[in-house]
Amino acid sequence: MRIPLEGTGPVDQELQSRAAAALKGVLPAGAVLVEDEDTRPYECDGLALYRQLPMIVVLPETEEQVATALRVCSSLAVPVVPRGAGTGLSGGAMPHRAGVLLSLAKLNAILDIDPQARTARVQPGARNLAISEAAAPHGLFYAPDPSSQIACTIGGNVAENSGGVHCLKYGLTGNNVLRVRGLTMAGEAVTIGSAALDSPGLDLLSVVLGSEGMLLVVTEVLVRLMPKPACARCIMASFSNVEVAGEAVAAVIAAGIIPAGLEMMDQAATRMVEPFVQAGYDLDAAAILLCEADGTAEEVAEEVARMSEILHAAGATRISVSSSEAERLRFWAGRKNAFPAAGRVSPDYYCMDGTIPRRQLGPVLHAIREMERKYALACPNVFHAGDGNLHPLILFDANDPGSVERAEAFGADILELCIAVGGTVTGEHGVGIEKINQLCIQFDAPTREAFFGVRRAFDPQRLLNPGKVIPTLHRCAEFGRLHVHQGQIPHPTLPRF
Amino acid sequence: MTSPAIAAAALSKLTEQVRAAAAGRRPLRIRAGGTKDFYGNPTVGELLDPREYSGLVAYEPTELVLTARCGTPLALIVSALDERNQMLAFEPPHFGAAATVGGCVAAGLAGPRRGAFGPGAGGIRDFVLGAKLLNGRGEVLSFGGTVMKNVAGYDVSRLLAGSLGTLGVLLEVSLKVAPRPVAEETRSFELDESAALNQCTARAGKPWPVSATAWHAGRLHVRLSGAASAVALACKAFGGERMTAADGAAFWACIREQTQPFFRQQPPLWRMSLPATAAPLALPGEQLIEWGGALRWLVSGAEAASVRGRAAGLGGHATLFRGNPGSIAAFTPLPSALARIHARLTAEFDPMGIFNPGRMYANAPG
Repeated sequence: MRIPLEGTGPVDQELQSRAAAALKGVLPAGAVLVEDEDTRPYECDGLALYRQLPMIVVLPETEEQVATALRVCSSLAVPVVPRGAGTGLSGGAMPHRAGVLLSLAKLNAILDIDPQARTARVQPGARNLAISEAAAPHGLFYAPDPSSQIACTIGGNVAENSGGVHCLKYGLTGNNVLRVRGLTMAGEAVTIGSAALDSPGLDLLSVVLGSEGMLLVVTEVLVRLMPKPACARCIMASFSNVEVAGEAVAAVIAAGIIPAGLEMMDQAATRMVEPFVQAGYDLDAAAILLCEADGTAEEVAEEVARMSEILHAAGATRISVSSSEAERLRFWAGRKNAFPAAGRVSPDYYCMDGTIPRRQLGPVLHAIREMERKYALACPNVFHAGDGNLHPLILFDANDPGSVERAEAFGADILELCIAVGGTVTGEHGVGIEKINQLCIQFDAPTREAFFGVRRAFDPQRLLNPGKVIPTLHRCAEFGRLHVHQGQIPHPTLPRF
Repeated sequence: MTSPAIAAAALSKLTEQVRAAAAGRRPLRIRAGGTKDFYGNPTVGELLDPREYSGLVAYEPTELVLTARCGTPLALIVSALDERNQMLAFEPPHFGAAATVGGCVAAGLAGPRRGAFGPGAGGIRDFVLGAKLLNGRGEVLSFGGTVMKNVAGYDVSRLLAGSLGTLGVLLEVSLKVAPRPVAEETRSFELDESAALNQCTARAGKPWPVSATAWHAGRLHVRLSGAASAVALACKAFGGERMTAADGAAFWACIREQTQPFFRQQPPLWRMSLPATAAPLALPGEQLIEWGGALRWLVSGAEAASVRGRAAGLGGHATLFRGNPGSIAAFTPLPSALARIHARLTAEFDPMGIFNPGRMYANAPG
């Protein structure tokens, strides 16, 4: 059962005509969309479970137009939901029934690559991969690589503090952004951070990154570029059970190695993707690890040898090392295409994103197996094993009665399990609307109130992406009432912490 | 190890002190070991000493996470990590044996390894995973967590790094730790300022395992850290004069702790944080340059306005780090739009304005 979300329901017609007239008066023709057939494509982001028709869609082409739109909305007290490519997986860009959906997609220029300083200055709508492509002639790349990097934008990455398969070594978006220029809801420009390594005052960049469009509308980003490693090789190791694979991950870390990537896929996941990409995965293994080393050729040879030895000692049943760049990319293609593959084998899928302490990997996977039985839905698992970030993919069919509700309940169970073992409901996809209820469990009331305080400091009118991320006290009370597990805490048999 | 009962008692004492101060609108001066008293603007108020709230709460080497209460001596943390061949990758200065982890995070200062060229380098903010804070209402808030990746809620724990106690009493912090590099070697080179800067820029654009640089008085020191083969390759390519492991370690400790004679001159000492590629300063005085050019220490009698003006012109900022004659604001003032956000944010956490008033900025009206 869903608790109604703020900003959902029929579009506010009266406000629509008033706000549209005001916006059309100051923005170019074609930048303001109001007809249903024009606004319908924006009704959801990558989380299609939640849909809402926006009241108005605005497509500015310059920062000045963004500021103009914000000033109009601010004066009319109309909420604004910023959006990049709409690839987000938590409903962070779900529209508001009485709000403007502000698409930054047309601000997509890569303004400047400075090979000396190893930085790229880009507009928010620039695609993640386009930055690396533009930097490539200088032997540089932009490190965070979410699986959606072909399509997702840097503005969205900033909003979500996106990760990727290489963030164990290279960090998340937050570790690779130096400066953000943005507009407050009032349309005032602020610059946070700088081309230097620190800035005076409080480190506001920390809260802006990952703020899911609730503090500022990002209009320009300065990212740090990395020298491209000369060489990279990937080990594929097979394991006869997932617990052993989990322990092998800990053994690699304990040996003092930070691999460039350290990913795990369970058998259900390898069998799901293999027909799709022919990655060459060992389909008999209960789990496989992808373990990458990058650097100079000598460094890579040294690290591959050490990791292979550790994986063997930890019980790997088969080890193969990529012998060419094509083979390495094929190993990764399977992992990066796990979500599309889920979409191919199942009419619908629901991707979760909890992070847990690595030592809990075994028990958590075991619990997810039980949940598959409880909800009668399959759930292959891919995860960023190196940093404990799980992506269970719950497969369901929205046309099958009750399936959506079971998928949602299954997902909520996984999230709460992640909190119970000392983890978090989201490692890189954000809270959006999807996990808003679980924040009632993860954070106590004074901490949630402090989050609202941060929001008020940036947006006193509370018009930027309202109703997302931070649940109100009232919502948590509702959620608490519906959330009774026969008087028991969830997963009573699971070891805690 | 502090027992949970002692910790609970210490916490309730701190909470009472904060509540009483808030009720009476009396300022509190948060101070543990006092090793960083010189940093920031002077503050007034009743002393709040959080050192009784101490102890390592958890350390899981295979999870790369350490959680400690604020009063835990920084030296204790460093030695616990050392035993497991791990380290704090931001290499913080202690500035004295009394340094605590709470003070370290609140000051937000990082050492030589902050200037490492490759992945994994960062400031304290990049390694804070979670934090507990006692706010101005006497409530304990808990941000972030102990896992590597966490984007639930705003990342307030990282905001606390370098907040100088202005948002509350930092009670506990969870830090991401890193393995010690397998190999490490320091080389030095005879180079003038602009040649040293150019060389750093050129090398930063390639995947060399440089983990620290320091230029002073015509000599550039470069520390290389990483896989044995990578360090050996870089040493061969760079040449230069080799330092023994002990000399190298001592050299970088002197830079980090500012015991190097350069830092002991007649102040004022300016800390200029600039884009690494910024041109030579061309200001009167003497310099020591770290972080591949991104951190320039300047001992100079130049006017504050000219130092700050030059820093701004080069795209950075200047902090009067040591030896403030008393009349100069320690930190570069903020543009008005940011100053308003700051003031509102501070008021949300500390509505009565009791924590370290003026330590960062004079309290401006929101």
